[in-house]
Amino acid sequence: MPAQIIQTNTTPFNKVTIDPVTLEVIENALRNARIEMDATLVRTAMSPGIREQGDAFPLIADRTGQMIVGQFGSYIGPFLDGYEGTVEEGDMIMLSDPYSVGGAISHLNDWLVLLPVFKDGRLVAYTSMFGHQSDIGGKVVGSMPIDATSIFEEGVRIPPVKIYKNGVYNEDVIKLIMAQTRMPEWCTADLNALIASCRVAARRVVEMCQRFGDDVFAAATDELLARNYRAMKHLIATSISEEKVSFEDYLCDDGLGFGPYKIRCTMHREGDIVVLDFEGTDPQSQASINFLLNENMLKMFFGIYMIMVFDPQILFNDGYYDLIRVKIPEGSLLKPKFPSALSGRTHALGRLFDIMGGLLGQKTPEFLNAAGFSSSPHLFYSGYDAKGRWFQLFQIGFGGIPGRPLGDGPDGHSLFPGFTNVPNEFLERYFPLVIERYETVADSGGAGLHRGGNGIIMTYRFLEPGVIAIHDDRWFTSPWGVNGGEPGARARKVLEKPDGTQTVVGNKLENLTVEAGDQLHFITWGGGGWGDPLARDPKLLELELERGLVTAEGAKRYGVVLVDGKVDVDATETLREKMRTARGPITEIFNFGPDIETLRANSLAETGLPAPKAPVKPRHWAA
Amino acid sequence: MGYRLGVDVGGTFTDLLLFNDNTGAFWRHKTPSTPADSSVGILNGVTAICEKAGITPADVEFFLHGTTVATNAVLEGKGAKVGLIVTEGYRQIMQIARSFVPGGLAGWIVWPKPEPLAKLEDTFEIKGRMTAHGEELRPIDDADIRAALEKLKARGVEAVTVSLMNAYLNGAHEKRVGELAAEILPGVPVSLSHEVLPEMQEYERTLTTVANASVRPIVGRYVRNLREKLRGGGFAGSLSLLRSDGGLMSSEKSEEHPVSLLMSGPAGGVTGALWVGANSGIRNILTLDVGGTSTDVALIENLDPRRVRTTEVGHLAVRASSLDVKTVGAGGGSIAYVPELTKALRVGPQSAGAVPGPVAYGKGGTLPTVTDANVVLGYLPEALLGGTFKLDREGAKKAVQTIADTLGIDLYAAARGIIDIVNENMFGALRMISVQQGYDPRDFALMGFGGAGPLHVNAVARLMGSWPAVSPVSPGVLCALGDATTRMRTETARSFSRRFDETDEAEVLAVLDAMAKQTREELRAEGIKDEDITSLFEIDVRYEGQAFEVPLSIDPETLHRDGLAGVTKRFDDEHHRLFTFNMKSAHELVNLRAVALGPVLDLPAAELPQGNGDPSAAKIRDHELWMDGKMVPAVIYDRSKLKAGDLIQGPAIVIEMDSTTLIEAACDGLVDRVGNILINPR
Repeated sequence: MPAQIIQTNTTPFNKVTIDPVTLEVIENALRNARIEMDATLVRTAMSPGIREQGDAFPLIADRTGQMIVGQFGSYIGPFLDGYEGTVEEGDMIMLSDPYSVGGAISHLNDWLVLLPVFKDGRLVAYTSMFGHQSDIGGKVVGSMPIDATSIFEEGVRIPPVKIYKNGVYNEDVIKLIMAQTRMPEWCTADLNALIASCRVAARRVVEMCQRFGDDVFAAATDELLARNYRAMKHLIATSISEEKVSFEDYLCDDGLGFGPYKIRCTMHREGDIVVLDFEGTDPQSQASINFLLNENMLKMFFGIYMIMVFDPQILFNDGYYDLIRVKIPEGSLLKPKFPSALSGRTHALGRLFDIMGGLLGQKTPEFLNAAGFSSSPHLFYSGYDAKGRWFQLFQIGFGGIPGRPLGDGPDGHSLFPGFTNVPNEFLERYFPLVIERYETVADSGGAGLHRGGNGIIMTYRFLEPGVIAIHDDRWFTSPWGVNGGEPGARARKVLEKPDGTQTVVGNKLENLTVEAGDQLHFITWGGGGWGDPLARDPKLLELELERGLVTAEGAKRYGVVLVDGKVDVDATETLREKMRTARGPITEIFNFGPDIETLRANSLAETGLPAPKAPVKPRHWAA
Repeated sequence: MGYRLGVDVGGTFTDLLLFNDNTGAFWRHKTPSTPADSSVGILNGVTAICEKAGITPADVEFFLHGTTVATNAVLEGKGAKVGLIVTEGYRQIMQIARSFVPGGLAGWIVWPKPEPLAKLEDTFEIKGRMTAHGEELRPIDDADIRAALEKLKARGVEAVTVSLMNAYLNGAHEKRVGELAAEILPGVPVSLSHEVLPEMQEYERTLTTVANASVRPIVGRYVRNLREKLRGGGFAGSLSLLRSDGGLMSSEKSEEHPVSLLMSGPAGGVTGALWVGANSGIRNILTLDVGGTSTDVALIENLDPRRVRTTEVGHLAVRASSLDVKTVGAGGGSIAYVPELTKALRVGPQSAGAVPGPVAYGKGGTLPTVTDANVVLGYLPEALLGGTFKLDREGAKKAVQTIADTLGIDLYAAARGIIDIVNENMFGALRMISVQQGYDPRDFALMGFGGAGPLHVNAVARLMGSWPAVSPVSPGVLCALGDATTRMRTETARSFSRRFDETDEAEVLAVLDAMAKQTREELRAEGIKDEDITSLFEIDVRYEGQAFEVPLSIDPETLHRDGLAGVTKRFDDEHHRLFTFNMKSAHELVNLRAVALGPVLDLPAAELPQGNGDPSAAKIRDHELWMDGKMVPAVIYDRSKLKAGDLIQGPAIVIEMDSTTLIEAACDGLVDRVGNILINPR
């Protein structure tokens, strides 16, 4: 039974027509309210994940729960469908269990606050925000055990609960929750921040209703959704073919030695409707890399990619959802069954963006970007310092941005919106660390007319013994290149002892003990290249050699011979001619690098790590 | 006592305001800017305004100047070729730029990444390392430093910057690099990060140091050239520039620290508003500075403008104190359009600029702008005062009609729609600096200035509930007035990063007193007497673990009296005001700053003759304008003929040389003692 919405005033909203000026004004006001939510959150949150890196997302929805402004699309519909209770004035709901909202949030670390906004007894809107908590208990520090085999190992699981009921704060439930985390201070501050953000936006919505009238506000949100529907309908009709196109890509491994996992998506248009079918995606993992993908969230990703690729001026909201149909097979990596572990879903999330890009761009290669939205690398480091004080760090890293129609992919930048690094001086001041190196890796970006951005090497020197964990991907398969561009380099992690001994360590591992003086070289992937590398201006290679972004050896991938830092024009022309002949004309849109079997055969030699074993379907969840 | 001359150089006009600080009498003048060499336009203006006042440049004691020369150097990428020396392992610090990509999800697809201000090929590493507690982890090596500096020399850099890890705690390594740089690259200016900005966060410190070095040569040339030209013109007084934080600094200091000038332009308007507010007894003010392409807004509480620690120019966020001025791309030249896909009415941020400008200016513009909508509605009369310049109302109508046709509404509804939307954009910016900061806009007056501010101030005040709406005296040259009437200021900052229980009052006071001494020294070097200098402290406090600090200003006596406990309490109050909750966490003292201020200038405003309340002597003619959905009769007045106490009933228009004030229906404008028009709902 779905949620029961209790309104003391059930007068329906009058249908009013809204003039374009008022509509524009309300849309702007809503956008400002959203910016205000971000500002409030960042200022008052405490965990570095939110305050320094911006891992939190706001939303304002209309009275039916459809997102008007926000990033990831509305989860309110699935929440209302699954919530057995009432939604009343004075309520504020909190939750973290992905299974309770059809995957609308995707792991327990994301705490979500939802505030129904009432005016004069009528529900007029919802405001909501979720943010990543740096620790919610569970079997490992940071609460994202890559080797978990069920959600019960991943920390406190919060079904939808009312943290305010009739305006009264439910202190007991908060105490219960905070008792589960290693970092109650961070979590308390972050939760306060989420609440304050939702309240700010709710205040703005009520002010808008007062200023324009409730009916006008309701009509405005209806029209904003309808306007988006019309724009997207036009875009779909003109840019999506009725012919089926498919694209597939892989997650490298699951941290338990199995992989790669295939994600496959097939797209076609039936009349006005786009169908996205994930048939052919591998079965779920027994580990935590599963991604319980909410259909609406996927629609949002799809819409954003359409808009960004074809017409970045359109503002997006939930209005076009009816134009997209999503099919995800039960028991697959993208629809795992309860109680599968979910905490390591970030890799599949990143990969989905690559797949969206590949799927949408393959019929219009001039709009196509290379791959590089490959992961969101995590490092965890925790222990007790010399004074016996507990420390724990959770840090998100970045790789190379793919080569784009617009130009080169930036080196070592974030693909997730609004994220920044934690300043190294901050890390060194508040954690027992020295960051010895923080730069990009020459030649790691895939060669191309527009090259991929280089990955980052960040070298951590640990000053206290402790435990680390690493989550990263794209160490086994490569970020692909397009239109003649080459794949980017793969990720790699190396632990160096004080005596200089180096060991390659896994890209998904938990509970690795480190000693004082150890160094970890945390190397991320480079973006794929875009377009023919042999067409890149040789002078650019000369400049980038000087900048340390490519090496003389790496320049040869572009057919450019650099001697003493200068282009050897004749040798370059000869080499380019030779390479052009050997290669032949560029016919393939995508360059994925070697096939999976070749990758397996060469894994140990090339990556320093054994190849993952082919995934097996977990027996107890077999459909 | 003598004359103070404020000069503000804009893209199109150079504004001058000459102030007699005995009588409060002032003269204003506008002359075309001369972008190739601004000093030409300035000198033209100086000659003209001195003639008006019947004095010679030698009678001018203070030349006070707001300039966008530093801002434009950054925006147009015309800075110097800067060489950068960094710690081993950090060569790409400016290239990585904290990995930040603006825009939403998939924003990376369309983001053109800007080139670093210090190019990567001009950046080199040296050995040696400080820890996060200011101790030497590894020593530097002179031979290694020399080798790096030789490379910079070979590359022909015009300025050297040094930014090493943790130098904010210990600058010894940077100092040594500086010494060797002076030896190897004689004559090339050297900036050390621990001197420019002794604060934590390597990227921001490096960027600020580089930005400073980058604009130094341009600003230096500009200032020296201006000084020479002025001296040549007979001026013998002192030359000061307006800092981003609204204080003045000597032209010599500004050559060394031009990063403090990045918001010099907009700061003038805010300091001008301060002077107007002080003379009108209005202490809480929101400012609305409407130009051709953008609008700047700021908040003044109790005659103290809000400041921020970051100056944003283009894509750069530099750590330098600045008035908290927010800018939106909404001005008189903003273009209205209707996108094909969404059929929404949008205004800006694209602007017709000065060329071709609005259609009504008849300089070749064809796209409908905010100014055109104002002309269509009758808010801007066709003939301006003293006007050789006539607005093309028919052209404006034709342009706005294209919007009306696309939307299927009538001409006046479309024009009013354009105005409503641009007002709403200004309203959005004002909310960011008021409501979002926990201020109730109803406690503030709204002051509109710049060419078009007084046209919009009444309508925006209605949206905000901020009364009165103020059209100040000479709104078109308020920036120059601000330049002329503000005081000297300098400041220094230091990272402290300690919990309250890890420090004590004695330690904090010792650091602050040392900083106070340093800043007072700087002002004394400018020739200000010690007894005329006021010191202030600012302490940034947060709950340990937060990213956001609340800056608290405190005078030395209060700090000595109430101690750190007083600071804690003030922080809790402020945090509650901003975010509606407090926490049990420990308090952390993040940064310490000391500010030294020059003497307060007692500059009176000239009073108008007292009238009898009836403005009809100033009436020019009857008029008609669009208000509340129809054409209504209105009156046009000549501002220079208004008297103190005159009450103007809206709808009305008040015109003067460089600006037009619109008083809406159901509102009255009261002319105050010194000539400001205070508009209130009837």
